[in-house]
Amino acid sequence: MATYFLKRLALALVTLWLLSMIVFFAGQVLPGDPGRSILGPLAAPSAVAVLDHQLGVDKPLLSQYGSWISGLLHGNMGTSYQFRLPVEPFIQAALVNSVKLAALAFVIVVPLGILGGIIAALNVGRATDRIISVAGLSAATVPEFVSGIVVIIVFAVALKVLPVSASAGAGASAGSQLDHLILPAIPLILVLFGYIARMARAGMIEALDSDYARTATLKGLKRSVVIRRHLLRNALLPTITVIATQTGYLIGGLVVVETLFNYQGIGNLIYKAAQGKDFPMLEAGVLTIGVVYMVATLIADMLYTVLNPRLRLGGNA
Amino acid sequence: MTDIAAAPAAEVVVAHAGRSGELTSWRLLLRRPTFFVGALILLFWVVCALFSGAIEPHDPLAQQLLATNQAPSGAHWFGTDQLGRDMLSRVIAGSRTILLIAPLATLLGTVAGTAIGLLMGYLGGVVDILVSRIVEAVLALPLVIVAFLFVVALGPSPPVIIVVVGFVFTPLIARTVRSAVLVESQLDYLSSARLLGERALRIMFVEILPNVLPTILVEFTVRLGYAIFTVATLSFLGFGVQPPTPDWGAEIATNYGVLPAGYWWMTLFPALAIASLVIAINLVTDSIEQVLAS
Repeated sequence: MATYFLKRLALALVTLWLLSMIVFFAGQVLPGDPGRSILGPLAAPSAVAVLDHQLGVDKPLLSQYGSWISGLLHGNMGTSYQFRLPVEPFIQAALVNSVKLAALAFVIVVPLGILGGIIAALNVGRATDRIISVAGLSAATVPEFVSGIVVIIVFAVALKVLPVSASAGAGASAGSQLDHLILPAIPLILVLFGYIARMARAGMIEALDSDYARTATLKGLKRSVVIRRHLLRNALLPTITVIATQTGYLIGGLVVVETLFNYQGIGNLIYKAAQGKDFPMLEAGVLTIGVVYMVATLIADMLYTVLNPRLRLGGNA
Repeated sequence: MTDIAAAPAAEVVVAHAGRSGELTSWRLLLRRPTFFVGALILLFWVVCALFSGAIEPHDPLAQQLLATNQAPSGAHWFGTDQLGRDMLSRVIAGSRTILLIAPLATLLGTVAGTAIGLLMGYLGGVVDILVSRIVEAVLALPLVIVAFLFVVALGPSPPVIIVVVGFVFTPLIARTVRSAVLVESQLDYLSSARLLGERALRIMFVEILPNVLPTILVEFTVRLGYAIFTVATLSFLGFGVQPPTPDWGAEIATNYGVLPAGYWWMTLFPALAIASLVIAINLVTDSIEQVLAS
């Protein structure tokens, strides 16, 4: 199993390296002349050349990539064009805020999605199943800003029960922070519910169909005991992987939700950086998201292996 | 009793299936209420996009500065926006951009993804390993963010959005096609083709492609829903269709700031338009998948 993990880790590192190339390419090669885009079309060519030299973007691409990567490895993610300050503190603060919002969404949607999937599986083919499946998938395809607008109109504008903005202000109590985060969490929950429910449903149907489920039923166990003791742990195994994969998606959704609700998270940071053509900030933010996603998938893979005795005992699969 | 009643019906179905398998698929599809509802909504928006000039009650670009921020009324069913433009007309006209950009982007992604998937699945080896890594790297980022990164770098315009969204979908489609090809390459007809000395390209595109076409069709419809999701999101973020062109996502972006002031109609109607379109496509896709699976 150790070899499996090492192999998995090596592949993750290769993917991470490719990711850094993609981010570098999109952030430093495509935009053309950063000096020009910062100073604007009216600046003197000599001023642009000086700034380009200061930023180091007049060097050959390969050496630019080299210094960017070695900076990253030393924990130096670059200097923001907009703020003229290192980007790390910005990224760090934003990441903490995003984690709060994402955690709230996760804590609500994971049990809800699993429950929905199990209820659908127990009623497979019936109206309840179709409603949960079709409603879940429909909710998953509606963009977050669309469902976000609808919940704002219903809860903040019409009913006036929750605040429109996600930021509670400095020094707000945990309860008040939570109040402000409920509305932004709903669009994320809506999108994730369908995926999690779908996986839980598929896993549960497979488990219900299995020989051990039949054996357990035939030996006279109550249905609720069969489900709880025998089926759940097998049914939920694949769901773990999906939940981890959706972490990456969740962060993507954060760009939209944080912009809509004006919340100072990593999504909003990337968005503002993109608007201001602050490429170092943009690259650092996007790369951070990529790393978070890779780590989440890696943990899920390992968890899946550890929880699944067939893989755990199967040797170097 | 029920058996006797069911027997003739079964014969009819078999007879039809004999003549044309597609016909029965169509019947199965049309019998599904979800497909019917989805197709109807989709048709509605396609008609809006094609004939928006004739349907719109007002010019979607005409500003009436004496009638700004009007709530829905008999004269303006969906109200007016901050520049006094008729929201109903803007919602109808907004269907054009999204129904042009999203399907073209999906088509591009499907064609490129199919080609790459065929190569990966059939050639295997180094090509497969190399491309798989790149695919995984692209997939390690949320699609919206990759699309957004490239649109920011290249500047927003409809051709750029089509190419970028198409490019973002290519690895996903390639991965699906690759697994379908792997299943096919176990089958006898391929070894026969190889023994006959057919060239690799011919085997891929003439022998394998027709057999994985149903998979590609489902993939296309699924991705179409996501393309609308992505294109609308880019518009909302200000990296899509630029104002004053009517566009649902851009409409919400310009008007959500005045939501707390109570001007809900400027954002609600475009939001409902996007929701109805993606849900409609989803209902159609779901039905097609169910019918193909049965």
